[in-house]
Amino acid sequence: MSLIATDHLAVRLGGREVLHHIDLSIHAGEIVTIVGPNGSGKSTLLRAILGVVAPSKGRVTRQAGLRIGYVPQKLHIDPSMPMPVTRFLSLPERQTKARIAEVLARVGVPGVAAQDMTTLSGGQFQRVLLARALLSRPDILILDEATAGLDQPGTAAFYRLIEDVRRELGCAVLSVSHDLHVVMSASDRVICLNGHICCAGAPHVVRAAPEYRALFGHGTGGALALYQHDHDHDHEDHAHAG
Amino acid sequence: MLDDFLLRALLAGLMVALAAGPLGCFVVWRRMAYFGDATAHAAILGVALALGFALNLYLGIMLVALAMAMTVAALAGRGWAMDTTLGVLAHSALACGLVAVSYLPGVRVDLTSYLFGDILAVSRADLGVIALGAGAVLALLAWRWRPLLTATLSEDLAHAAGIDPARERLVLTVALAIVVAVSLKIVGALLIAAMLIIPAAAARNLARGPEAMALGAIALGGLSVWGGLQLSLAQDTPSGPSIVVVAAGLFLATTLARVALQKRSTR
Repeated sequence: MSLIATDHLAVRLGGREVLHHIDLSIHAGEIVTIVGPNGSGKSTLLRAILGVVAPSKGRVTRQAGLRIGYVPQKLHIDPSMPMPVTRFLSLPERQTKARIAEVLARVGVPGVAAQDMTTLSGGQFQRVLLARALLSRPDILILDEATAGLDQPGTAAFYRLIEDVRRELGCAVLSVSHDLHVVMSASDRVICLNGHICCAGAPHVVRAAPEYRALFGHGTGGALALYQHDHDHDHEDHAHAG
Repeated sequence: MLDDFLLRALLAGLMVALAAGPLGCFVVWRRMAYFGDATAHAAILGVALALGFALNLYLGIMLVALAMAMTVAALAGRGWAMDTTLGVLAHSALACGLVAVSYLPGVRVDLTSYLFGDILAVSRADLGVIALGAGAVLALLAWRWRPLLTATLSEDLAHAAGIDPARERLVLTVALAIVVAVSLKIVGALLIAAMLIIPAAAARNLARGPEAMALGAIALGGLSVWGGLQLSLAQDTPSGPSIVVVAAGLFLATTLARVALQKRSTR
């Protein structure tokens, strides 16, 4: 039984079909990474899985009682709303002080409990968002470019943390990322998205492919490399969206 | 004891402050200030309809306010920029209401009392309706507090937690319509939005958490009602505007206090 499955999912936004023919399923404990160029529908796919946008065709099935820990790309908190970290972590469910202290320590920001959310640095903010996602004891963590605002070392540290946390909790991880070279090593499966699923597979399968060596053999260009790979193969049925 | 019109006025005002405080916080957090204005201005149209069709006044106002709030919610994000949509709707509703009132045959409608409130004319029956309305709004907000806060922070986070943001918006819309209906006698259609926004904004200056801000808005709203009534009695000024003047004074005071505190902490 998969945690989340999509069946011939299509999503239209503003009259444009952003996603079509998406069939994917995520199983317990799996790490799945979605990569693709801007406008490829990565975030839309996550939003469809979360139930924020309704499918125009097909459907999304979630396991009954599935607990989702969602870490958004960014979160704007209106300055008119005072929001200490402790209070933020108690939304929507009340949490004990001890549990909040424990989870903040786990994500590496033990000292921020009393601070207002708006005073946190980018890295601290993302860790607090992760802490909040962990508090629901999720079956699956969903990360939408959760490291978008972080520098390279910050990104690497953040993904190491995700891997550690996943080992402890045994939850599945579905992430959307450009930082393929960081995420790739831990992913069970990589899904390359460009309106539809261009290609997908276990990293070692992909790694064995000559294209992959050509693309990833040279160190840091991971994200860029797969980006190119995505544009390499031909699509007769649709034009590439920028 | 409730025979004393001053006591009735104070009680009515305090009850409105009790409901408007926390609701006003959501209006501020969600940047719905104009939304509140549009709904409140529609109240005059409600008065005209209620008088014209011999409906209960509160019911008429609530129905029109609800219709207005729903219209605004439905139009949000379509076509015009939101402030333009709200500007069109708010002023059209007010103008239509004023024109409609002038058509009412026979009755001489005291427009001033609907536009600016007439808290000293609150009857025991009014008091009952206001208590019912304010109680309903408080209960509604207390019941949905956490989902409301979550949906206000981020609709995506709400969805991920199994909360439907559209339902929470509806809760606020209904609460707003009720508050508009019960506040009309207290501060009047033109100043209802002030009772929502000013105490909440003043409380923001002092509060460190959302609950503290809601409680602060209640306290400052209550203080404004009490102070406004005193001012009105002492100076023979109109009661509704006097309440709002006191609220504005409190906003100014808390803002200065915040600035002073920040200066001290950075020094």
